[in-house]
Amino acid sequence: MSSKLVVNSNINGQDVEFLIEPQQSLLEILRDAFGLTGTKEGCNDGNCGACSVLFDNRLVNACLVLGVEIEGRKVVTVEGLANINELHPVQEAFVVEDGLQCGYCTPGFIVSTKALLDQNPDPSDDEIRFWLAGNLCRCTGYDKIVKAVRHAARLMNEAR
Amino acid sequence: MNNSMVSMDKHRSVGTRPERIDAKEKVTGSALFGTDIMMPGMLHGRILRSPHAHARIISINTANAESMSGVFAVVTANDLPEADDMKEKLGESTINYKFLRDNNLASDKVLYVGHAVAALAAETPDIAENALELIEVEYEILDPVLDVRESMSTELKILHEQLRTLGSTNDKSTNVAQHIHHVKGDPSLGFDEADVIIEREFITAPVHQSYLEPHAATATWGKDGNLTIYASTQGAFVTRRQVSQLLQYPMSKIKVIPTEVGGAFGGKNPTYVEVPASLLSYKTAKPVRVVMSREEVILGTGPGSGTSIKVKMGAKKSGKITAAQAELCYEAGAYPGSPVDPGSMAIFAAYDIPNGQIDGYDVLVNKPRVAAYRAPGAPQAAFACEQVIDELASSIAMDGIEFRMMNAASEGTERINGKLHKSIAIKEILGIIDDHPHYNEPIQGPYQGRGVAIGFWDNWGARSSVDINVNSDGTVNLISGSVDLTGSRTTVAMQAADVLEIPLEKVKSSMVDTDSISYADTSAGSRTTMATGKAAVEAAYDVIGKLKLEIASLWNVSIDSIRYANGVFSSNKGKDTNMTFQELAGKLSGQVTGHGNVNVEDWAGAGGGTIVDVEVDPDTGQIKILKCTVIQNAGKAIHPGQVEGQMQGGVVQGIGWALYEGYEYDKNGKVLNANLLDYKLPTALDVPNIDAVIIEKPFPSNPYGARGVGETPIISPAPAIANAVQKALGVRLHRLPMTPSRILEEIGITSE
Ligand code: FES
Ligand code: FES
Repeated sequence: MSSKLVVNSNINGQDVEFLIEPQQSLLEILRDAFGLTGTKEGCNDGNCGACSVLFDNRLVNACLVLGVEIEGRKVVTVEGLANINELHPVQEAFVVEDGLQCGYCTPGFIVSTKALLDQNPDPSDDEIRFWLAGNLCRCTGYDKIVKAVRHAARLMNEAR
Repeated sequence: MNNSMVSMDKHRSVGTRPERIDAKEKVTGSALFGTDIMMPGMLHGRILRSPHAHARIISINTANAESMSGVFAVVTANDLPEADDMKEKLGESTINYKFLRDNNLASDKVLYVGHAVAALAAETPDIAENALELIEVEYEILDPVLDVRESMSTELKILHEQLRTLGSTNDKSTNVAQHIHHVKGDPSLGFDEADVIIEREFITAPVHQSYLEPHAATATWGKDGNLTIYASTQGAFVTRRQVSQLLQYPMSKIKVIPTEVGGAFGGKNPTYVEVPASLLSYKTAKPVRVVMSREEVILGTGPGSGTSIKVKMGAKKSGKITAAQAELCYEAGAYPGSPVDPGSMAIFAAYDIPNGQIDGYDVLVNKPRVAAYRAPGAPQAAFACEQVIDELASSIAMDGIEFRMMNAASEGTERINGKLHKSIAIKEILGIIDDHPHYNEPIQGPYQGRGVAIGFWDNWGARSSVDINVNSDGTVNLISGSVDLTGSRTTVAMQAADVLEIPLEKVKSSMVDTDSISYADTSAGSRTTMATGKAAVEAAYDVIGKLKLEIASLWNVSIDSIRYANGVFSSNKGKDTNMTFQELAGKLSGQVTGHGNVNVEDWAGAGGGTIVDVEVDPDTGQIKILKCTVIQNAGKAIHPGQVEGQMQGGVVQGIGWALYEGYEYDKNGKVLNANLLDYKLPTALDVPNIDAVIIEKPFPSNPYGARGVGETPIISPAPAIANAVQKALGVRLHRLPMTPSRILEEIGITSE
């Protein structure tokens, strides 16, 4: 058995301390240790974006980050976006625009969209497509996802 | 069967775009998919897979793996009872349980790289993964056969010694599992009458459904003998049936609970992980979850058939097709069951062909056993037929749409297999293409081209079950035996709400497990909104009928005098006799349940078409999709937003087939691109916005006229793109995918 390490971090606004084996990915930790199963696994090698999370506000694929790397850092997952009774505007927009079918890619797209809109509040369609090229969706054909991102941008700009 | 339409003025939900019932759970990450199921004390199952494409299993030694610390059990085919050599239709394809057993866990031979050989359960995924290496398998390696045409003629590289060709009298071992043969009229006479004849051969690669969620199942075999399985499946009942057959265990003791499904497209009808998970749970008396990796999904499941198709068509200078002939050779993979039958039905379905012949071959090769994939068999067939149609039209200098229109099938047209078309709306679709601004605007630049293609798919009907319980506060619970893949909980509830004349918010709609409702066929063949919708409507009428009985006794009037309109019951006997649905519900025992069990045997297919503009970079061979319009007959769009989504998603999968996707093999049968980097799927950057045009020619099997919509849109994109590339470059591609290197090869060849 490999020796376990103690990691201190902040996940979705909560300070956490946990034990981890050095080879475990952030994706495994989120899903198996914390039960945050909103972050999905589609490939486990950085090619689908289903595991998108924010790592100190930067968009990463959780399957490519080692759990030990989050020591002293902040992680936000799809579960960390909504308030108890209220959806995040990006989530609201995906609902209204039918930006999902099976919904398996959806958490990844939502986190990815939030990261985009945080740094570019009014992206063009091309910018949206370029940014989302790391997230695969097999169901929607992306059309309604792009519309949902535009809708989310409107909602967030109205709220500013 | 009651085929009367629900009157249009009753529609309140149907035809609108309400929020999807499952949307909030999915956008917040709360929805539980098959991969998300966790149980106390759960073990992690992993599957050992063959490194060889064709080999005899000499021995399997599991002792070392079993004794590894943290490993709880190992299973092989020896742990499975013998299965019946019996075929059954499950979804759109047929399964032979003996073959299914061998595909779940190989017994005497492995037949493809990735074939499951053993499975084990361990405390953690890491231990399970490491323990796989301790299972020792001794193989006698055999020559694989990978090419469909080679496989048809080989006498040496035989996958199943005992196999004989269905539809042939030949009594020799063969890799051809079936020969389908249809003739209409006199094809040779028809070709004699033709002024021009075009004959071409097309090759398409196997393509994976590539649902983003891998296969996943969690099984618990209780001490009471009851087996419970959470499964990511298209059909809880077909999963139960397969598990029951493979384990030779009573269906009543197996409860399948369908989870949210992260995409399926036909590929989640056969079982792969459910049976190993169940066996491991039996041996360990603990819950066992088996989740595949992406590599396992690509190697061990799906895909859609790779094909080799020859098409020959003849026409008069005037534009009339005189004869058509096709030879369709479809890869079945390791066990019989390619979609060559539906492919053969689809290939000329959009046209009125006076003389025709179709020969279809179901051919074994050392690749994974194919699974249904969205309009199974049809995209490959359309890739061939729609290019020959285009070539024929241009060889007689006729516009492609005009040529198709002149030969379009319509209601009553006899197909080559002898069946008559019901209403199919091909002419309407061609008319819409012809008038569409996209089809008529000028092409913008050099190396650009516009292509069109059409397609037709038969769809499916089959059995669905819905129960509706009326609660005392006027709300209702609707439960269905159909798995909701992409929104059918909502579209089914909408149809019930309109019959009940209550707002959609008052209907809670759920999919339930196999213990809780009567049998429903799998969610496949674009059938769920149409057939399960019909079941919901019947359940709703049953509710209304029962409520009328209740109110008749309450008011002491005859049931014939009761009217129900706008959510209010009234009687023309006596005064002051009216009561809302909600008021009546409050006076009831809470025990009114409506049942809807249907078997829709009369269904119609759906036609559609694609207009696409491409630009080809002559230096790199890269094809860019500039603009794309998809047209489809939805019968009645119950939820237009969902219909558009199906159309757009189907088209983008079609673009994937056309440009990027396909298994690549080395000569030993090893897959060279078993990951999502090398097996490229279309991204948001690769495709434009897709303009979806819905037409509504209702079909009476659904009370609102809904047809299936999920499958048709994948059929016509690849040929439309090939036709556009021809316009852009003057070369025609006969092979899928149309990769940059193939484009460059074609340019090279033609410039010689
Ligand atoms: S699971 Fe991390 S990118 Fe696919
Ligand atoms: S909605 Fe299914 S993968 Fe995107």
